[in-house]
Amino acid sequence: MTTSPPAPAIELVGVNKSFGPVHANRDIALKVEAGAIHGIIGENGAGKSTLMSILYGFYQADSGDIFVGGSKVSIPDSQAAISLGIGMVHQHFMLVENFTVLENVMLGAEGGALLNRGRAAARRELVALEKEYALRVDPDAVVGDLPVGQQQRVEILKALYRGAEILILDEPTGVLTPDEADQLFRILGQLKAQGKTVILITHKLREIMAATDAVSVMRQGEMVATRRTAETSVEELAELMVGRRVLLRVEKGPATPGETRLKVQDAQVIDGMGVERLRRVSFQVRAGEIVGIAGVAGNGQSELLEAIAGIRPLASGAIEVCGHERTVADPAELRRMGLAHVPEDRHRMGLVTAFSAKENVILGYHGNPDYSPGLFLDRGAIRKACEQHMADFDVRPPNPDLKTANFSGGNQQKIVLAREIEQDPQVLIVGQPTRGVDVGAIEAIHRRLIELRDAGKAILLVSVELDEIRALSDRILVMFDGRVMGELSGDAGEREIGLLMSGVEQEDAA
Amino acid sequence: MNAQLPRWVDLGLIPLLNLIVAFLVAGGVVMLIGENPVEAVEHILYGAFGFGEGIAFTLFYATNFIFTGLCVAVAFHASLFNIGGEGQAYIGGLGVALVCLAFDTFLPWWIIAPLAICAGAAFGAGWAFVPAYLQAKRGSHIVITTIMFNFLAASLMVYLLVNVLKVDGTMAPESRTFEEAGRLPKIGWFMELFGQNIGGAPLNLSFFLAILACVGVWLLIWRTKLGYEIRTFGANPAAAVYAGINPVRITVITMMISGGLAGMMALNPVMGDQNRLFLELAGGAGFVGIAVALMGRAHPVGVALAALLFGVLYQGGAELSFEMPAITRDMIVVIQGLVVLFAGALEFMFRPVVARVFARTATAKGAA
Repeated sequence: MTTSPPAPAIELVGVNKSFGPVHANRDIALKVEAGAIHGIIGENGAGKSTLMSILYGFYQADSGDIFVGGSKVSIPDSQAAISLGIGMVHQHFMLVENFTVLENVMLGAEGGALLNRGRAAARRELVALEKEYALRVDPDAVVGDLPVGQQQRVEILKALYRGAEILILDEPTGVLTPDEADQLFRILGQLKAQGKTVILITHKLREIMAATDAVSVMRQGEMVATRRTAETSVEELAELMVGRRVLLRVEKGPATPGETRLKVQDAQVIDGMGVERLRRVSFQVRAGEIVGIAGVAGNGQSELLEAIAGIRPLASGAIEVCGHERTVADPAELRRMGLAHVPEDRHRMGLVTAFSAKENVILGYHGNPDYSPGLFLDRGAIRKACEQHMADFDVRPPNPDLKTANFSGGNQQKIVLAREIEQDPQVLIVGQPTRGVDVGAIEAIHRRLIELRDAGKAILLVSVELDEIRALSDRILVMFDGRVMGELSGDAGEREIGLLMSGVEQEDAA
Repeated sequence: MNAQLPRWVDLGLIPLLNLIVAFLVAGGVVMLIGENPVEAVEHILYGAFGFGEGIAFTLFYATNFIFTGLCVAVAFHASLFNIGGEGQAYIGGLGVALVCLAFDTFLPWWIIAPLAICAGAAFGAGWAFVPAYLQAKRGSHIVITTIMFNFLAASLMVYLLVNVLKVDGTMAPESRTFEEAGRLPKIGWFMELFGQNIGGAPLNLSFFLAILACVGVWLLIWRTKLGYEIRTFGANPAAAVYAGINPVRITVITMMISGGLAGMMALNPVMGDQNRLFLELAGGAGFVGIAVALMGRAHPVGVALAALLFGVLYQGGAELSFEMPAITRDMIVVIQGLVVLFAGALEFMFRPVVARVFARTATAKGAA
């Protein structure tokens, strides 16, 4: 059923969108071929999400035209987008967790006041869809009980059920294991084979290369290039994204580990609901090495970090920092013992975004006599420290009085890293050091961590980005369901790590 | 919309706009009653600023509102909503009065005054401690508990004034009048510096204490380590825990400072004006303090200005109801209510509009 030559599924001409003084989309031109998988790539804040929100009717463009299937349309809200055959799978799923798959799919399209008739029709339709696209999900399963990969399928089914011909996926692999991601790409291939058009938004170059037919690169609100995927390379795309050449992998020499600096023994964490989040985890980190913790988000890594940092109490087990066993969970005490912590979520925990940069420079160290010799804060010293950090870590703009909310993600992260590293800690625990950070800053942050390692510090790195774990770690621990599934060397293959991440025991994998 | 606005717009223009709208609506109500709103404003301004005694009364009321406004403002910085200023001030009055009753026969006023300040603050802080502890340890919401503690304070004081502190043989539920040493000096000399006569107004030394408290709160919040911890806890509790700030400790300390400020308010009516302990001594100032803190954006300067505004409304309103009998004291309460509504509850109503205007002028400038 191919109609050739078809009009582009979506065409944007001269689309502009500003938020106050911020020009989020500038004269965007984009052509998405029907029946293709089209990638849109760009750093955080490049304007990808804004553009897709315009397509899905969340925002109105200030100027410019949108063509769907060759005819000019206006998309005032998401209802209009749906009726034009545009469906969206959000990064954070929009599912009702305690409804079944069927109920979620028919939500908003119940077909009348009484559910029974609609439900029967929906079930028929759903079964047909599942067959057609090999999207196997049990219609009667409760969504909250499904693994994340399956929940994503429900989102896709929801869009298809509403007659989507064009499917937009926003950072779909952020929460998936490599294996689940591969399955997702197979599904996308299936959709394409059935003539659907897919727009894939991501910041992961690898996925673009693996899954798309064409790719458009955005930078600072502009569409800088569109390439056929077969005719481009990872290096070229990275350069287009950042606007300069970037090293995708920092160089590092072999580690020379020394004495044990961080020792975790049978650590167990039970959360407020009584669920065991960390199941007797034991490992050590020595001076001069980076130990990476790999795993899909939500398998106990966050709890591990917070337990080590003294934010969560241990239900049982022990944690030693620099040979001292910690007695109570007290972040201030642990800082004095030489432990620094870059938290996973800088907005939630690492920064007070309402504060200026200089006030964030003392967060956690505000009791340090350099910063507060008595009752009062030494504002001169704090400003000087902030200026120093900003110079050392190339924070832009180097303005200590600017509210941290107004720095870009990469610069915010640099402020946090600078604060923790410049205290000269013996042990550094880092969570997601480059989440939401642009490619250029990733390189700088990775280099910092390697330097710190070579200066003889012990570093524990938690990241859901497998590439990052593999680029930095000297040893890799893989976590699944609150347990350490196994230890691998720093040069372990992706498949090997991926198997452990999905919960397959090491013996079985071998 | 997270548009950045210049400071003067955020702190000056928007509160002013809110205030103007509040007065316009109030003017409409005055017109409905059948009076001339312009004339009403004239009466208010004359009553508040037209003569020395009026000014002194305005400042006397403002003193109360500064203390209770600061009380609410300090708690705001830790994201705690202290509705209990009324009760804390009431109990603070007990502390002040007990010191005066105990020492006024044999100590001079300048020794009694510092003791009374400490006692007032301590009693107010103590009254705030229980809700704070319950919030921090057990999660009982502080808004609910502080409201309940207002009622507890009222009942306790009625009991004490009727059964314990009342002078034998009298009908009035109040303590005995303090001796000379239990009274704060009036500050007529201060008014004379400006060529004004204090007349019979009870403006006293507490006014200066209120100004000092403003400076103190400013130093505390923006210059001390404790203030940093309070603001961190208020702005991002998770980051505070990450930074090793104990949430229980900060909640309790902040609330006790807040309650202490409310307790000090009692100095003004008890030791400065009536010279005895009496019923309803806080007179609603604890609640006005919420409006004052909201309007003043929890900043001491803003609180002082907002307190002055409410002082004007109180004093000028008394004059107004005297000159225009059709407008009763309730009308003043209506105006206050409107100010609270527009400056507090609808604080951000005009912000998007103002932000849009500024964004447009900014782009126009950028294009030019």
